[in-house]
Amino acid sequence: MSASEATPLIDMKNVRFGYGERLIIDGLSLTVRKGEIVALMGGSGSGKTTLLGLLGGRIQPISGEIHVAGQNVPTLARKELYTLRRRIGMLFQFGALFTDLNVFDNVAFPYREQTDLPEPVIRDLVLMKLEAVGLRGAHPLMPSELSGGMARRVALARAVALDPMLMLYDEPFTGLDPISVGIVGRLIKRLNSAMGMTSLIVTHDLTETLRIADRVVMLASGRIHSDLSPEGMHSSTDPFVRQFADGLPDGPVPFHHPARPYAEELFAR
Amino acid sequence: MIGALLNGLTALGSTVTRRLERLGLAARFSLTVIMVLWPALRRTPLVIREVYFSGVRSISIITVSGLFVGMVLAVQGYEVLQRYGSADSLGVIVSLSLVRELGPVVSALLFAGRASSAVTAEIGLMRATEQLDAMDMMAVNPITRVVAPRFLAAIISLPLLSAIFSAAGIFGSYLVGVKLIGIDDGAFWSQMQANVDFRLDILNGLLKSVVFAVAVGLVSVFEGYHAAPTAEGVSSATTRTVVTASLAVLMLDFVLTVLMFRGLM
Ligand SMILES: Nc1ncnc2c1ncn2[C@@H]1O[C@H](COP(=O)(O)OP(=O)(O)O)[C@@H](O)[C@H]1O
Ligand SMILES: [Mg+2]
Repeated sequence: MSASEATPLIDMKNVRFGYGERLIIDGLSLTVRKGEIVALMGGSGSGKTTLLGLLGGRIQPISGEIHVAGQNVPTLARKELYTLRRRIGMLFQFGALFTDLNVFDNVAFPYREQTDLPEPVIRDLVLMKLEAVGLRGAHPLMPSELSGGMARRVALARAVALDPMLMLYDEPFTGLDPISVGIVGRLIKRLNSAMGMTSLIVTHDLTETLRIADRVVMLASGRIHSDLSPEGMHSSTDPFVRQFADGLPDGPVPFHHPARPYAEELFAR
Repeated sequence: MIGALLNGLTALGSTVTRRLERLGLAARFSLTVIMVLWPALRRTPLVIREVYFSGVRSISIITVSGLFVGMVLAVQGYEVLQRYGSADSLGVIVSLSLVRELGPVVSALLFAGRASSAVTAEIGLMRATEQLDAMDMMAVNPITRVVAPRFLAAIISLPLLSAIFSAAGIFGSYLVGVKLIGIDDGAFWSQMQANVDFRLDILNGLLKSVVFAVAVGLVSVFEGYHAAPTAEGVSSATTRTVVTASLAVLMLDFVLTVLMFRGLM
């Protein structure tokens, strides 16, 4: 094994980030090795999307190091950052397809912007990527004509267009019907192994996550609360993990928004 | 008492700070847009597409408005001029009003309502649906790819639209003044030709509309780019574009007019 394969693809050390006074990420450390599929779980607003933003260099941490493929992202100049981003694919929560372009042109976008390939070659590449997500026949459609699941698959084809080494997924299953969830989950797994990628998936869908992930990382209070294998998730006795895995309404994540005592509020004048 | 005063002061202070912060943001944003104008201009098809949406599709509203404004000017102008027996000068009055003032100003106001609001809504929607973020993550700068072409389109379109407005207006006044009221055809055109100066009137009018285009264009892309990523965010950004751009046009018009005709004062 060469040295580059031994170093992790993602290596975050003691990262802190906040909006205004409020810390969202507070001393978080996380490593992801090459080839892994890591699922990142945590309540809404726990900072999962923020974490992906930090990894992509869209926001700057207050302190800490964020290494992606050996480069410390927060220190990169715009040019170097863009060079790194060409090797990172990101699937946004609702696909973020360009609404003024049809399916074909959406997938062709990265080739046209980043390469000098002639149009016939681009055509073949686009159709290949669309074939991989089962939507070659949908290439003339506009995004508004697609179902949620189809839009997510087109966005996936666009995200992997330039064969990235790292794929970041922001809630790829949210809002999809169970069949589409299965399809997208299998695609993520297949693309990861077939293209030699590494994947970080932010998700709430525990069933699908346990089926495809190598590790499940839970985010709470701005740091990594637990880092378990899918089997470990099933057998864990940690109350926070259990609340998540069993979908309990109350637990370490409280049902009630912080408030002053009920009696006090009711009788207050 | 003192508490209320302090609260009022605090509120005032934070409002002022917020306004100033936004002004600073706008200035910095404008700079980043201007920095990428050249690379954006080299991607001509993108700019042409925006010129089509903002400019070409505004031609009909601009022409019709110009025609009506010209017709009204002819009626009003004739009413005043005939008192002094100088109805023959109608062409001069109308064309000067149009070329110097109404052409650039009314076109810019119409452009703000028709094209710039659409630009704000479009960019704001791209922000709300994470299309701008997706583009940025694909290592494509949204300022170069999305913002700059739309800004350039405003600068290219608006001066041309102003010219169309003025031309339509002059034609409208010709219809009313000559064809309807019966002013002498030759006098109408020859007085206009003799009294409208290319540099003082036409170039200055053109300069005005270029300045208005910069203002209206910047406001529309800034508001869209910085819209809150929600439905209300986009709709209030659109409203702000129309209000801010219209006020900017009227204020700039005053400043420019004073500068251009300062010899009179
Ligand atoms: N641009 C922003 N400005 C201020 N606060 C933000 C912004 N984006 C997100 N937040 C806040 O940061 C927290 C984490 O957000 P996010 O990372 O989107 O959470 P999630 O885990 O649901 O993806 C949330 O409480 C959210 O309200
Ligand atoms: Mg999120």
